[in-house]
Amino acid sequence: MSSNGIRDRVAIVGMGCTRFGERWDKGVDDLLIDAAIEAVDSAGVTLDDIDAYWLGTMSSGVSGITLSKPLKIDYKPVSRVENFCATGSEAFRNACYAVASGAYDLAMAIGAEKLKDSGYSGLTGVRPVGDGTDAALSSPAAFSFVAPSYAERYGVDPDELKQVMSRIAWKNHRNGAVNPRAQFRKEVSMETITRSPLVAGDLGVFDCSGVSDGSAAAIICRAEDAHRYTDHPLYVKALSFVAGPGGGSIDPDYDYTTFPEVVRSAEDAYRQAGVTDPRASLAMAEVHDCFTPTELVLMEDLGFSERGLGWKDVLAGTFDRDGELPVNPDGGLKSFGHPIGASGLRMLFECWLQLRHEAPAERQIASIGEGRTLGLTHNLGGAPGECVSFVSIVGPEPSA
Amino acid sequence: MTTGIVSWGVYLPYWRLQRGAIAASLGGPAGRGTRSVASYDEDTTTMGVEATRRAVASLGGPVPEDLFFSTTAPAYLDKTNAAAIHGAVELPVWAGAYDMLGSVRSAVGALRSARAVAGDHRSVAVLSDLRTGLAGGAEERDSGDGAAALVFGGSGDAIVAEWVAHAGTTEEFLDRWRTPGESDSKVWEERFGQEVYVPLVQQAWAEALKSAGVVATDVDHVAVVGLHARSVGAVRGTLGVRPEAVRADRSTTVGNLGSAEPGVALADLLEVAPSGALIALVVVADGADVVLLRTTEALPVAREARHRAGLEDVAGLAASGRDDLPYARFLTWRGELRREPPRRPDPERPGAPATWRSAAWKGGFEATDCRSCGFRHLPPARVCLRCRTIDEMDRVRLADIGGTVATFTVDRLAFSMSPPVVGAVVDFDGGGRYRCEMTDVDPDAVAVGTRVEMTFRRLNTAKGVHNYFWKARPVGGRRDADDHEGEGR
Repeated sequence: MSSNGIRDRVAIVGMGCTRFGERWDKGVDDLLIDAAIEAVDSAGVTLDDIDAYWLGTMSSGVSGITLSKPLKIDYKPVSRVENFCATGSEAFRNACYAVASGAYDLAMAIGAEKLKDSGYSGLTGVRPVGDGTDAALSSPAAFSFVAPSYAERYGVDPDELKQVMSRIAWKNHRNGAVNPRAQFRKEVSMETITRSPLVAGDLGVFDCSGVSDGSAAAIICRAEDAHRYTDHPLYVKALSFVAGPGGGSIDPDYDYTTFPEVVRSAEDAYRQAGVTDPRASLAMAEVHDCFTPTELVLMEDLGFSERGLGWKDVLAGTFDRDGELPVNPDGGLKSFGHPIGASGLRMLFECWLQLRHEAPAERQIASIGEGRTLGLTHNLGGAPGECVSFVSIVGPEPSA
Repeated sequence: MTTGIVSWGVYLPYWRLQRGAIAASLGGPAGRGTRSVASYDEDTTTMGVEATRRAVASLGGPVPEDLFFSTTAPAYLDKTNAAAIHGAVELPVWAGAYDMLGSVRSAVGALRSARAVAGDHRSVAVLSDLRTGLAGGAEERDSGDGAAALVFGGSGDAIVAEWVAHAGTTEEFLDRWRTPGESDSKVWEERFGQEVYVPLVQQAWAEALKSAGVVATDVDHVAVVGLHARSVGAVRGTLGVRPEAVRADRSTTVGNLGSAEPGVALADLLEVAPSGALIALVVVADGADVVLLRTTEALPVAREARHRAGLEDVAGLAASGRDDLPYARFLTWRGELRREPPRRPDPERPGAPATWRSAAWKGGFEATDCRSCGFRHLPPARVCLRCRTIDEMDRVRLADIGGTVATFTVDRLAFSMSPPVVGAVVDFDGGGRYRCEMTDVDPDAVAVGTRVEMTFRRLNTAKGVHNYFWKARPVGGRRDADDHEGEGR
């Protein structure tokens, strides 16, 4: 029993990402076409060259026809996948495995979500018919258990923790302000964030990610073929995905200060990639900042900070765009919103830009250097105590 | 065969509406006192469950094997509401459950039916009402919501009040009426009703006394109930009992509870009468009913057991409650004020097969305990979270077990008829943790460590299907962690 990984066996050779936002002007077909064309263009190939597709969407379509019909794909395999908020990453993971297996030469992973067409606020989803006993708590409420538990466990003053949360939102908005693909492109002051109306528990409006439409895509080939398409491929170092037993909400030992699923998937990914000190090895990380306390806990679960000290690193600016380990340099879910199927691939797109030095100068990270070349993406789907977690690690150089 | 009452339970909702709040909104003279108000997540079925739970809480021995449910405000028609109560208190599958719906007099029918079948097994009459009326009217102002349950048994059982006699009179006339589908009743001029009612009551009263071989002055305590306030008041003076024998009603605190009132009045009599006392219930509703009971030596014993179980008496319940309910919220809860819904999808209706399969969980709030490691699962699980043992579980009912808030949140986003929603992670005494919604709660008063009990509520109604499940509500106050041992019920 093991998770062997496929370190350096496949590479990303092209990517595309639409502008995220309230895209009243674009249907899901349009978003998929835009991301797919940008991706194949960036790899210097055409859709005819793609052998197989993996489409991630939670609720904007079912079956591969959601993609094959708008793109007029000629009788190729298209798999539609869904895995909560990790849906886009799940499409990527499966496309990577297909190429690594030798079954296909060139695959596309693409994700899209059209959340704003529902006419409702927030996320909507179709649930199977049940017995009606699921608690009706909102997503922010489910995550709002985290902050007070963290404050209690580590003896952090709640007001200070609120500042930590606000600083995470402030950082991500600051990063998004200079990213033309982001939904929200304005810096937001600490004071505005801290004083924003409460949504659930201590979470204010600005502690929550937005709701948007968007799409992103990646072209994957075997590593040895990568230079046929680009001089600067990104090699896939690790892909880890776990679904937990979902016992947190009934386990008296669970205290909401960690996401065990994230810890497990991070350990697995680091082992696959041969990473022993993530804080020293990673040049950047794109993490699932659905709510500000989530990002705080992720810093510890992903091994960037010591347990109970993540809040100090946040305040010290460690994860700022110009800090030691930039986290969400593109602006994160906070600035992009969270079109479920697209988010994981949007995170990879930022790695694609930053690690290949293609980000515009005003937001290119400076943390890339000797021994620090890797990028990490992370998704969490579900709620504390009952979630799925995905971690990938990519880098511009194959291992020696 | 001797039959009689062996136990009783009363449920009055948490909320009170100040009658002055109605006048403050609509003008007119301010009424005195308060009325009880079923919360937005309560109906006559949920209140019936709560009353029944209280009736069986301190009762040893077998559970009732017949249940008669009476209300004027059924949650469903064409579907037996009593079955939901049967499920929530987990009566055995062979126990009958019957609705007697429509008018206050049905409550007497439920009491008499429960008594009639009691003997070799116990039975229970559950009387519940949720009183509505047009805004600003007397019905709205003077009524209240609540429920009572009375368990009957036969000889050999610990009867606290023996059924001595019943007499009744019936006459067809127009006192109050409502066609199905309407939310408010119409009443004829009260003076006419009094003309008809008083002789009917006198006839039934005389017949009951005669049947019991007693005279009016032998009656130690009597309660006269009915929605026809003028007749009820007039009758009290014509019974010939000692003036101090007439029990006061609860009109200034909870209001007239309609079909629940006979049950609450009986409970009140059982809580004040000494053993060996003759107590009488007079119900004025489309005729008259008189019930005479004699209390036994078992009554003080039962009262002591109820006290130990933490059950408050009717007087205490009536005097408690939270009386700052805004009138606009009351109107919203009763559907009289149509409010803008949130921009969110309507709740899904629960599926009948899924609901049936999970009856022990949804109705009985049963968890499963792993036989191998003891870990407790809510909802019931087949595979143990801790040790992964498969299908080695014992079922355990947690509905009647207290708990402590481990953590909580105030959810201002989730839809509620009474925002904000308070969500809590509850640790149950003796083990088990569950995340659920709180109700009857002041968001500013809840804290880690708040003690809670489970209460049966209606989460929502979708496509005409009422979604019943359990919520947590605060009890008492805070309890420190080291007090936990030995207090689990």
